[in-house]
Amino acid sequence: MININEVIETNQMIEHENLDVRTITLGISLLDCIDSNLSELNRRIYEKITATAKNLVGVGTELERRYGIPIVNKRISITPAALIGASACKGPEDFVAIARTLDRAAAEVGVNFIGGFSALVSKGMTQADRNLILAIPEALAVTERVCSSVNVGSTKTGIDMDAVKLLGEVILATAERTKEKDSLGCAKLVVFCNAPDDNPFMAGAFHGVTEGDAVINVGVSGPGVVKKALESVRGEGFEELCETIKKTAFKITRVGQLVAREASKMLHVPFGIVDLSLAPTPAIGDSVAEILKEIGLEHPGAPGTTAALALLNDQVKKGGVMASSYVGGLSGAFIPVSEDQGMIDAVQAGALTLEKLEAMTCVCSVGLDMIAIPGDTKASTISGIIADEMAIGMVNQKTTAVRLIPVIGKGVGDIVEFGGLLGYAPIMPVNSFSCEAFTGRGGRIPAPIHSFKN
Amino acid sequence: MDRTIITVVGKDCVGIIARVCTYLAKNQVNILDISQTIVQGFFNMMMIVDTNECPKNFTEFATDLEELGREIGVAIKAQREDIFDMMHRI
Repeated sequence: MININEVIETNQMIEHENLDVRTITLGISLLDCIDSNLSELNRRIYEKITATAKNLVGVGTELERRYGIPIVNKRISITPAALIGASACKGPEDFVAIARTLDRAAAEVGVNFIGGFSALVSKGMTQADRNLILAIPEALAVTERVCSSVNVGSTKTGIDMDAVKLLGEVILATAERTKEKDSLGCAKLVVFCNAPDDNPFMAGAFHGVTEGDAVINVGVSGPGVVKKALESVRGEGFEELCETIKKTAFKITRVGQLVAREASKMLHVPFGIVDLSLAPTPAIGDSVAEILKEIGLEHPGAPGTTAALALLNDQVKKGGVMASSYVGGLSGAFIPVSEDQGMIDAVQAGALTLEKLEAMTCVCSVGLDMIAIPGDTKASTISGIIADEMAIGMVNQKTTAVRLIPVIGKGVGDIVEFGGLLGYAPIMPVNSFSCEAFTGRGGRIPAPIHSFKN
Repeated sequence: MDRTIITVVGKDCVGIIARVCTYLAKNQVNILDISQTIVQGFFNMMMIVDTNECPKNFTEFATDLEELGREIGVAIKAQREDIFDMMHRI
């Protein structure tokens, strides 16, 4: 039987160490909504989403009550919209109409984000893919809850450099279009390599075409719990350090597994995966950077950071896979800048640069995340940064992503405030040497060879 | 059996257990186990209870206990046992 110390430990994690279920994300296939008539397509999309997700928020609230643990977000992901709209949408403005429908449906069922205004173009773009990508700046400006992502590369296909070039321009256009809100639109746009089909976390969530009609994916979090646990092994060797992270990750993931199972039962929707990411928030004590400091770094960015992060990421996975048979999504440690007070502090202290962050993304999930850069950064430079990050994902057979925010009208040294879970960020300097001739070449970077690994 | 864990945390005073038990008895909730300890100067009590016969739904039950806690001046929380089982048992 459960004893009082175990009960106290669990409640301590929830009440004082920010243990929560970060998101219950309902993936909904919209493949059966496809129609060549745009208004019919919009009607079907709205009806399918509002019918499938009508109980999502209620079930989330009920589970919070039942287990006494906060479920921070209830969200929806859909089949990439470029596929759904391919037949009906003749131009970017038609895709904007779909984005508006998604926004209305999300508001109707009470979710704060809906992901899947997406295109999968790792080898090439159809006209519909191109139209969707061109629609992103307007779609993110006129909607509140819609999130967008574009997968531009994979280990199997290489990197579509035409899409990378286009996205550099689209990110800048999105920044310009939402400049009165500190270019917030870019916080809802992720560029991926090897994007997973079952990621429950925004802004990059979409419901892959390999998925069923509807699925429940759950993202757990709890960097504060790991940090607290590590305080008890200060000065101990790596074995004790790793063991402690693993055990803690196990406990966190088990909660996610329970919530996912129960949500699946209550919604009559199959359970997909638990994503066992350590996802920080700007709240004090909810920081991945604080874990790195506890491991022994003065600030993230100090020499040793990549090794510490590699260790952390691996132990989180090892503990997590024991806790759930279906682990998926991104699963690892997130290192967003604006959403993590410790990362912000490290940037402000001069310890953490864009280049070091890039190195860190080689060993963690997911990538260059929520990084504010000067608004006058050239589109080709943004494309170059994307290409670098995609190459890391492609060669290392892992998911990588870029979510950069060129803040129009602001430069290095300024601070930008996004609010809420998105936090605030100091604008980071970007290497300003040109890569225009490189990103402008056109075509595709071939897929890497998979043998002769060194 | 629907097992629920009730925790009471706060400053110790006369009659806490009596008040909680009275409420449980009125609502046909059977107590299976009680333990208590002092953590950092605070009174911590845990009860494992069977809520199968309780006429109220879980949300009402948990809300009533919270309210009772406010009256006594302690924090009372009701959670389904599964969350602890999942976390601490393989």
